[in-house]
Amino acid sequence: MTVQAAALHASRAAARSRAGERWRVALRSKTLLVGVAILGFWIVCALSGARLAPLDPFADDLLATLAPPSAVHWFGTDQLGRDIFSRVIVGARDILIVAPLATLLGTVLGTALGLALGLVRGAVDDLASRVIEALQALPLVIVALMALAAVGTSDLTVVLVIGFVFTPLIARTVRSAVLVESELDYVAAARLRGDGTLAIMFVEILPNVLPIAVVEMTVRLGYAIFFVASLSFLGFGIQPPSADWGIAIAENYSLIGSYWWTVLFDAAATASLVVGVNLVADGLAGVFEA
Amino acid sequence: MSEAVANPTRDGDGGRGPAIDALRIEHLEVSYRVGRHERKVVSDVSLAIRRGESYGLVGESGCGKSTVAFAAVRYLARNGRVSGGRIWVDGRDLWSLPGRQLRGLRTRSVAMVYQDPGRALNPSMRIGTQMAEVFEVAEGLKRRAALERAAHMLSRVQIASPDRVLRNYPHELSGGMQQRVVIAMALSMSPELLILDEPTTGLDATVEAEVLDLIAQLRAELGNSILFISHNLPVVARMCDRVGVLYAGELVEEGPAAEVFGDPRHPYTVGLLRCMPSYGMHKNMGRLETIPGFLPAPGTITGRCVYADRCANATERCRVEAPPPVDLGGRTTRCFYPERAPELPRQDLAAPPRGAAHASALNGRAVKPNDGPLLSTRRLSKTYRITGRPLRAVHEVTLDLWPGETLGLVGESGSGKSSLAKLLLGLSSPDAGSEVELLGEALPASADDRTLEQLKALQMVFQNPGSALNRSQTVRRLLARSLRLVRLVGAAREARLEELAASVRLTPEHLDEKPRRLSGGLKQRVGIARAFAGGPRVVVCDEPTSALDVSVQAAILNLLVDLQAQEQVGYIFISHDLNVVHYVSDRIAVLYLGRLMETGPADQVFSGPHHPYTEALLSANPSLGDEGVRRIHLSGELPNALNLPTGCVFHTRCPRKLGSVCEREEPPLAEVGPGHAIRCHIPADLLGRAPAARLASGTAARRRGTAARAAAGPHRSAQ
Repeated sequence: MTVQAAALHASRAAARSRAGERWRVALRSKTLLVGVAILGFWIVCALSGARLAPLDPFADDLLATLAPPSAVHWFGTDQLGRDIFSRVIVGARDILIVAPLATLLGTVLGTALGLALGLVRGAVDDLASRVIEALQALPLVIVALMALAAVGTSDLTVVLVIGFVFTPLIARTVRSAVLVESELDYVAAARLRGDGTLAIMFVEILPNVLPIAVVEMTVRLGYAIFFVASLSFLGFGIQPPSADWGIAIAENYSLIGSYWWTVLFDAAATASLVVGVNLVADGLAGVFEA
Repeated sequence: MSEAVANPTRDGDGGRGPAIDALRIEHLEVSYRVGRHERKVVSDVSLAIRRGESYGLVGESGCGKSTVAFAAVRYLARNGRVSGGRIWVDGRDLWSLPGRQLRGLRTRSVAMVYQDPGRALNPSMRIGTQMAEVFEVAEGLKRRAALERAAHMLSRVQIASPDRVLRNYPHELSGGMQQRVVIAMALSMSPELLILDEPTTGLDATVEAEVLDLIAQLRAELGNSILFISHNLPVVARMCDRVGVLYAGELVEEGPAAEVFGDPRHPYTVGLLRCMPSYGMHKNMGRLETIPGFLPAPGTITGRCVYADRCANATERCRVEAPPPVDLGGRTTRCFYPERAPELPRQDLAAPPRGAAHASALNGRAVKPNDGPLLSTRRLSKTYRITGRPLRAVHEVTLDLWPGETLGLVGESGSGKSSLAKLLLGLSSPDAGSEVELLGEALPASADDRTLEQLKALQMVFQNPGSALNRSQTVRRLLARSLRLVRLVGAAREARLEELAASVRLTPEHLDEKPRRLSGGLKQRVGIARAFAGGPRVVVCDEPTSALDVSVQAAILNLLVDLQAQEQVGYIFISHDLNVVHYVSDRIAVLYLGRLMETGPADQVFSGPHHPYTEALLSANPSLGDEGVRRIHLSGELPNALNLPTGCVFHTRCPRKLGSVCEREEPPLAEVGPGHAIRCHIPADLLGRAPAARLASGTAARRRGTAARAAAGPHRSAQ
């Protein structure tokens, strides 16, 4: 009895140390830490937006339009005299709702499709893979624009359209990982104990390709942010009156020559968010490899 | 080699006389930085290789063999560093050489050949271009002259058509040919020291024998020194004048090869030699010895003997004091009690009792001797289509497997062993007209169509335990999923799982580990437990020990033999190591290009008469104590399976080809003795038999086994 208790204790300690190992690797990764810091900052802004902003981001002040950065308006004001610093903080919200949801949708659908294609093989897989390659040849922004023009634009349709556009891309990555896995002997062993294709797909293979799907998801999230910002800039993404960065850039880019602050800070915010997400993606890839 | 940089003048060649050793290592210590820790992986290793001498470094994986070799060319991994000691190559202090001279040394004085020739060659360059580069860079030759030199080097390594090979890309050559090319490149600058790191490990026994003979012959011609690194003791015994045995980063024993292997004076060497199945050893003679315990992690043991925890001779002194190397006259051992090593206590080696009918401990069902065979195949064939052309991987194989019996499958890679295993298991489907019966019932071709009973009855132990276990599942979950075959749930399943784990000697804490935390031997135990979860009648073992070290191999073979005796399962046992096959098998089937060339009782296949192919395989098989035996060479390469030879498929390589009859007619599988059949035109009484010298070395093993057998009490006699 005591021996068993000791053994149990030892095995729990081992399990703890395994989890600890991952954490240690994660905490040593500067890439990951910097990425998490940037992403975390914007998430805090998105969550508590108006409370963090020093001024009302929607209040116009016609006496102080297009004011340059100053002690009161750190980032200056826009054409309506609204405080840009406050608007940049609040503007994180919509993009941080739409882009992650779209990526999540694309990852879930893409992983399912990739698993199915990797295991089915044969003619179906050949056909689907060619279709995916053909889709990749199309300029995705144009495809998304056409789709949004057809179904009408709203946060929901943006999520759906970007999710569907990402699905084949993620499916392709997952499929190639599944092909590698399905050659390994543990899949043969599962067949030898009578496991069906679904069990092999979800119980045996999925956990082993999940890290790849997660890394792919973070990489895609970076693209999605850029994608949403582009669509908003073109008027097909997030809609006014949101303080979204893409909309702000679209409204002010004609002024960039004399009133640079109306564009620069929103652009920098977008860029920093994309960079932060990409750092997290790189860091996670490193942690999963360790 | 291709990284070599021009350095036309021989640097600093002071008076390097014959007295200077080709390689001299003194008190070498190497550490690797892992995370924030320094791990000492090699400690206090001293050795010297004289000019023209060949020195073997042996030891199990993780003992530091390759690290020593890399240190000897100053090419350690980025996180490794020499933390103590000195190395002289050809009389020059390696670690004080400036970069330019180091490059010169690497270009001309030392050359290295690695385990995997496929990775040592650049896949996108023709052989000629890669080889010529060496001469262009080192000697400033023009391309045409360099190619001529390359062709000359290829003919030295006995490549018959060098001009054709020079135009080939690496992937167009077989593994053996690739290794010859690598050796030719290594020798092209006539290096003083040639380092061979497991040069034949990935090759078939027949090819291995050829490459080893080639190395020996080149050494006789060129007179260079060799550092030969291998885990394979018989190979080292054959190739080397002196050997060093490494254990946990320490050189525990060193001396002339014949003395170290013939009269070992360190308990580890003794254990290592005892746990190899020797030529002619059979499971009925007794169990294999094992080395208890596990290899310690590098650098964890200091201030005491590294082997004390696993040593039956260890005393209190060994646990508090590290033994220094003891000079025994031309040889050294790191043991306080070298005189006691030969009397290292033997383990209880009684063969497990193999009763005719007794209750199976694991399944609680009475095992009755079966009337018919467990598994039988009739004219089993598999033809793949490669761009429309037929590739006959398995051709009309007819076999029976009886209860409690092991059928060994041997043959070179490409002979169809694994294809045959896949067919039996239903992982690929046979051609029309093939029949497979399990327990007297026809077996559906695909595993997906088999009943639960059939799946339970026919299981597999895989070659590579790393890929055979799902890395995202704990051992407990892995085994639980297999126990669903017997439809157990809840507490009953839990109890059965622990029983199963105990039967393969896994402890409870192993159950909650994921496979990557387990050693290779433990992983293979999990793989065996999984195969036995449903109470199988037939288990296909595909090279179950080839990825394991010898001491671990012995434990796994013992386990398989014990389980067989308990459960009366039949094994189909695939291995390239003929001593292992002979140890576990009751009958042996020899495959060549998917055809059965010979089948018969294990002893008869080994003693003869044998098929010329079997004879060549046996002759190529390295065993300790047969260094003087003449080897039979198979000429040429395994024929392309897409374009098989006419008549007897073996005639293109057969050393005893009769004449045109062999090219015209395929010989039948003819009976030469009870249950022993051979596919050859040569009459049985003219076929080869095992040479007397080999039989004698086998008898020694037999004597040892018989003693154990007498102690074993009642047992079934060898069939």
